[in-house]
Amino acid sequence: MNAQDIMFVVLAVFITLSALATVLSKSIVRAATYLLFVLLGTAGLYFLMGYTFLGSVQTMVYAGGVIVLYVFSILLTSGQQEELRQSTLQKVIAGSVITLIGIGIFVGVLWTHGFNPVELALSKPSESVITMDTIGTQMLSTDKGGFLLPFEAVSVLLLACIVAGLVIARKR
Amino acid sequence: MISIELLLLVSAVMLFAGIYGFLTRKSTLAILLSIELMLNSADINFAVFNRMVYPNGHEGVFFAIFAIAIAAAESAIAIAIMINIYRQLKSISADKLTKMKW
Repeated sequence: MNAQDIMFVVLAVFITLSALATVLSKSIVRAATYLLFVLLGTAGLYFLMGYTFLGSVQTMVYAGGVIVLYVFSILLTSGQQEELRQSTLQKVIAGSVITLIGIGIFVGVLWTHGFNPVELALSKPSESVITMDTIGTQMLSTDKGGFLLPFEAVSVLLLACIVAGLVIARKR
Repeated sequence: MISIELLLLVSAVMLFAGIYGFLTRKSTLAILLSIELMLNSADINFAVFNRMVYPNGHEGVFFAIFAIAIAAAESAIAIAIMINIYRQLKSISADKLTKMKW
């Protein structure tokens, strides 16, 4: 096992345990904190695969922005002392059965499908698979493989989102 | 040792943790947390398939970036709706929400 394998195992265990804790913990503030750990672990996976830009976007937008928004809204609405009300036992059992069946089918398909992946040579920390230069050029190009149209669509979506957030949450 | 199946297994566990939370939680904010888990596992899948199966293209990275932007927008709107509901009903539990319009 080299250092990258050890790092992958650490990240995988960390992500799995935090994801389970997110949906099982009693307090909603704790659930939000565990979600923060899941998102940071995901950023670690992106760094491990060499997608450094994606990892930084994940850290800034998700871990820095969305989680803060969630904690704010949790404190604005329910308050931290409120425990999450438990579902009925029947509902918990039904949910677990559906989840277990689903993950069984999913993992079975994954294991028998037989992807033909390329031999993975994980990049060193100094080099990334896709550079910032490529991302910037491709994001604004109209050639083949350019992403100008979705880029503009997302900017319009964000504008609509600002307006809608103001309209919905304003005091009447 | 790091194989595509192991990377996809991590995201599958995350996805089904999200589905379990979506089915069993009562508070709408906790349901939103589960939705974030599911979206995040989809982002991991984009990056993994791009890196492990088609390393010469960059579509998966761009899709993941756009998905992150859309997820941030979606959670902002959803939280605005939650705050509005809390003002009207003084509760955000999913089983108290029985009216679409008031």
